[in-house]
Amino acid sequence: MSSFRFAVNVAPKPGILDPQGRAVEGSLGHLGVSGVSAVRVGRRVELTVEAAGEEAARAVVERLARELFSNPLIEAFAVERLDP
Amino acid sequence: MTRIGVVVFPGSNCDLDTLRGLELAGAEAVPLWHEQGSLEGSAAVVLPGGFAYGDYLRAGVIARFSPVMRAVSAFAAEGGLVLGICNGFQVIAEAGLVPGALLRNRGLRFLGRDVWISAEQLDTPFTSLVGDGRPLRMPIAHGEGCYFADDATLDQLERDGQVLFRYVHADGTPAGAEGDPANPNGSLRAIAGVRNARGNVAGLMPHPERASDRLLGSDDGLPILRSLVDAAARAEREPALAAVR
Repeated sequence: MSSFRFAVNVAPKPGILDPQGRAVEGSLGHLGVSGVSAVRVGRRVELTVEAAGEEAARAVVERLARELFSNPLIEAFAVERLDP
Repeated sequence: MTRIGVVVFPGSNCDLDTLRGLELAGAEAVPLWHEQGSLEGSAAVVLPGGFAYGDYLRAGVIARFSPVMRAVSAFAAEGGLVLGICNGFQVIAEAGLVPGALLRNRGLRFLGRDVWISAEQLDTPFTSLVGDGRPLRMPIAHGEGCYFADDATLDQLERDGQVLFRYVHADGTPAGAEGDPANPNGSLRAIAGVRNARGNVAGLMPHPERASDRLLGSDDGLPILRSLVDAAARAEREPALAAVR
């Protein structure tokens, strides 16, 4: 068994209302920043998985991402392998 | 007396109000701890408001995987009556027991105030004693109550009578979309509550149990709880439910 470290990035799907992203965007003027648009706020989960190989570990991560970390109705996710 | 179970998650905070409201509505109300797999013979189950598991990750999602929810899902699959209130609605939406999802309120703020809703369907286990569809006043208390589903799903819900409650103005006129204070969280089509296709599982964001006694300022929520108790009393005699209660 080996250890594999991953990150799962979850974000609102395109077209889904993101009030947090909108609030962040609305604050940019106060920083004197212009020309920034389409701000979306998501979340990132990092985790270590014990498995026989990377493929098996990734399958566990994909399942958790699908069933727990994201709600497929409103969010999309991407799995990223991190350096050990 | 008809027994109705009220699920208690770590972080539930409306469980006692809900137990009391169900008693006022004529039931024997019993708490069901989240780690237990038995519904203790309940003829219906209510998931109360609160912040189950701290609302970490997404409101309702961690509660969905608790042992008691396996029992609740099996119960619902056999036609058992399940009502989710506020956080309980978020839990059953995450569990896929009712369609849609609850997003962050459009105004971003947590809202705790009275709203008006009206029942769209008056012949369901959750609304049969509500009367004539007059506006009902009861509190909301949530940060993530903006009802969302895609357009095709919303059309289908409307067509099949699955929209159970909608936000309205005090005079009963429909609430608008975003920006109308009568639709407090910006829910699509001003939806405050829905039911599943089979009609035995329902959820709503407002709190009928917090409006179950005149002392609380309104008892408009009591007919919703009474409807459930009434329907549960009839369901109690159905043999198909015996095995999963």
